[in-house]
Amino acid sequence: METFFQFFIVFALQAAGIYAVAASGLVVTYATSGVFNFAHGAIGMFCAFSYWELSQNRGWPSWIALVVVLFVEAPLIGLVLDRVIMRRLADASTITTIVVTIGLLVAFVQLAGMIWPQGSTTRVLPEFFVGDTVKVFGINVSYHAVIVLITAILVAVVLRVLLYETRLGVAMRAVVDNRELGALNGVHPDRISSVSWMLGSMLAALAGVLIAPILPQFTPVALTLLVISAYAAAMVGRLRSLPLTFLGAVILGEFESLLNWIDTKGIGGHTVADVANDLQTSAPVILLFVVLILLPQDRVAGRSSRRYNAPTPSLRTMAMAMVAYVAGAYVIAQSGWVSKTTVDQLGVGIALGIVMLSLVLLTGYGGQVSLAQPGFAGIGALVVWKMGPVGGLVAGVVICAAVGVLVALPALKMRDLYLALSTMAFALFLETNIYGENALFKQFLPFSVGNASVRRIPGLEGDTAFFMVMAVAFALIVLLLTVIRNGSFGRRLQAMRDSPSACVTLGLDLTATKLQAFGLAAAIAGLGGALLAMWKETSVGVADFSLLKGPLPGLPLVLVAVVFGITTAFGAVIGGPVFVLLPLIGTWYPALENIMNLAPGLAGIGLGQNPDGAVGQVAESFARDEPSADHPPPPPRVPVVPERVGAAGRPTAEEIRELDDVLGLSWGRCETKAAPR
Amino acid sequence: MSEPLLELQEVTVRFGGHVAVDSVDLSVDPGTITGLIGPNGAGKTTTFNVITGLQAPTTGHLHFGGKDITRARAHRRAQAGIGRTFQRLEVFGSLTARENVLVGVELRRRWGRRAKPTPVALALLAETGLIQPSSGPEVLGGILAREETDALLDLVGISHVANTRADELPTGLARLVELARALATRPRLLLLDEPASGQDESETEAFAQLLVRLAGTGMGILLVEHDVPLVMQLCSKVCVLDFGSVLATGTPAEVQADKAVIDAYLGAEPVSAEAIEHLDAGA
Repeated sequence: METFFQFFIVFALQAAGIYAVAASGLVVTYATSGVFNFAHGAIGMFCAFSYWELSQNRGWPSWIALVVVLFVEAPLIGLVLDRVIMRRLADASTITTIVVTIGLLVAFVQLAGMIWPQGSTTRVLPEFFVGDTVKVFGINVSYHAVIVLITAILVAVVLRVLLYETRLGVAMRAVVDNRELGALNGVHPDRISSVSWMLGSMLAALAGVLIAPILPQFTPVALTLLVISAYAAAMVGRLRSLPLTFLGAVILGEFESLLNWIDTKGIGGHTVADVANDLQTSAPVILLFVVLILLPQDRVAGRSSRRYNAPTPSLRTMAMAMVAYVAGAYVIAQSGWVSKTTVDQLGVGIALGIVMLSLVLLTGYGGQVSLAQPGFAGIGALVVWKMGPVGGLVAGVVICAAVGVLVALPALKMRDLYLALSTMAFALFLETNIYGENALFKQFLPFSVGNASVRRIPGLEGDTAFFMVMAVAFALIVLLLTVIRNGSFGRRLQAMRDSPSACVTLGLDLTATKLQAFGLAAAIAGLGGALLAMWKETSVGVADFSLLKGPLPGLPLVLVAVVFGITTAFGAVIGGPVFVLLPLIGTWYPALENIMNLAPGLAGIGLGQNPDGAVGQVAESFARDEPSADHPPPPPRVPVVPERVGAAGRPTAEEIRELDDVLGLSWGRCETKAAPR
Repeated sequence: MSEPLLELQEVTVRFGGHVAVDSVDLSVDPGTITGLIGPNGAGKTTTFNVITGLQAPTTGHLHFGGKDITRARAHRRAQAGIGRTFQRLEVFGSLTARENVLVGVELRRRWGRRAKPTPVALALLAETGLIQPSSGPEVLGGILAREETDALLDLVGISHVANTRADELPTGLARLVELARALATRPRLLLLDEPASGQDESETEAFAQLLVRLAGTGMGILLVEHDVPLVMQLCSKVCVLDFGSVLATGTPAEVQADKAVIDAYLGAEPVSAEAIEHLDAGA
């Protein structure tokens, strides 16, 4: 009984309290600005580290450090983010806001790694009033747990009062409902936006400071990933309802405690307890995935608000470019002009470039967001390690295609944000429980600790030969993508991206098309991962395919891919090598190291201006310089409807129609009402 | 009269507490143009969404070609022969006008391999000049997707902008791209949502002639349009919606003389096409 109380009341509610604080911050910013902040956890992490710096490293009294972090640093971060970044995103597409806030997340993690280098020292952030306990029903409960609970209740009360009882709060809720209408009624949307981002940052910081002491590891990545828990709780509240968000936090806390309970008590025998133990870290990811699947989904979307300008190169142009690419690769591998270290790194770049190409197909052409591509690469590597070079390569590609389809099935009806969240949850589950540190399958052990050895294809074992294998594979996939793009399937994908509802009325089965795109993209990513594993030969493992950990983590990879442009295959030609060379440049010129580490994050943040990516932008500027007789400059377009109506981003055609229906915008409507009926 | 091509029976759509479409009965006959008019918010577009399957009705039934399609998924209805355009343009912006239509042609070829071409499809192809009016289905195999695409662009009169990106076209032309794209599916029923808005007078005149030609192929057309004189000129039957329910149905003359329509829109004044147009322009 005693331990039951400890597990399901003390532990569970302590965790729930922290999740609730973190999640409510997420909800406040999302509801008022329409931007889902992937960097929410990273902000909390950064503030928790700041608190450690002041209170532990510099010896400030804890309460002063706390006040400085919570009431000066956190609001300042929120204010700067709002002014510099978020305000410009008001009209941006969801995909852009996802990339920008993930860029922010990566930048914060890198920044924290620079200020507080990992490895050398183990940092500890003590609990509040460490060692002090209070007896509740005869059980010793730590002061920290009590403080967490009281804080969570206080946050709930304060938010409730703020949103419902104050002028500011009413204004904030008005902005949620309709930005323009709010502005007409004397609300300043900009001020509301600033306040909500400051508030969100404070809540993130509070959660970070509260959770850091009870986490097994006090590291930037561990703390940042914790926000997944907040995602899950916030999603229970559908990113709108604070009470449901708190309920979500409690469900999550209890779920974790249940797994912990099964593990500790050895319920269900050894196997079950072991599985429960392994799954504990993934509890938020599992809950997030389940909630996303259960959420009622939007109807078929209308026209995409994004404009895609990337050029459509002909197969001929691309073929010539790829011949040049392969020739260049041969010179680099063979000539000896480039050092072995650099060639090694460039080989990794080609393989990761193939992973980027998978995004060209899926996101660039098809408009489907996926953060799971590094995870598919990991599956490809895992299979090729297990099954040997030739059979493994084929099997890896096939298995990835199958898994890609399976993952896409529940995600089919999801729109950008939910798709990003669920694919991210899937990738995190993969790297934790399939081939990562808590792998459910112990047979994957060398791989899951990053110590697997992979054989190359017989006959092509030499470095030069295999380098060329990868270069040719890359070139072939680029050509495949070009053929697809200029062909019927590519047109279908682009049509689906531009207007799903129009596609449906032409008899297109969206489900089948999306599944094809997800399957093919996963297969390409799997091939890239398998080639990467073969190229590295030794020390292959989870760190090569993790979203945030390791030397070349997956989220920055996705950012670099998007920044160089995923609407055309050219982006990956440059993006792959650039991504792997960034850290290398840092080792050549130590003065640049920090900048190089920050580059992917900063580039992601900068993307807000340029959704087609660098390559698309450059190509377009060339195209615009030479108006030809065939392509006269377009006449100005008359907008059919007001461009913006809703609060969060651009409304879909459906939303406009509904709004039209609800508001009864008039066609002689006033006369109708005035006339006696 | 033969069996109607499309029949809606007591179709109701609720959004929360708001009734967008209220127990609507509506039918469209093959080879005729039926007008659907009413103020913004009367439920016209929602009705279109229900017919094409983008919106499930809360209650009621739909029959198309004698079959109950109430539960059919949207892309199945398109394959059964329902095509449409959108009030708020839904062109594929990053594709050219030609590619927009080509997507439609290619899609139909994917799902239409086994399907026997309907008489309407043959008549439509004859109208484009691709086949002789007397030709049978056997000649269809020889038509290339590109040929059919170009013929459709020609039919609606947008060949001159075939290589322009759809999102760079002015609204009137973009609407014609949507029309050609819908025709690419060789529909038996065509739903047009304010197709003439964004067109000038001469364009509207050409458009009206095109609609008459299309109806001549045996295609049933349901037309939502604010240009009331155009509706009265083209349609053999007009249905007036107001607050989601049918205010009146009948020939243009009957509707213009209908007391409910007159009361609702014009007080006691007798309704004329010009007067309704005036209201429209004032909104």
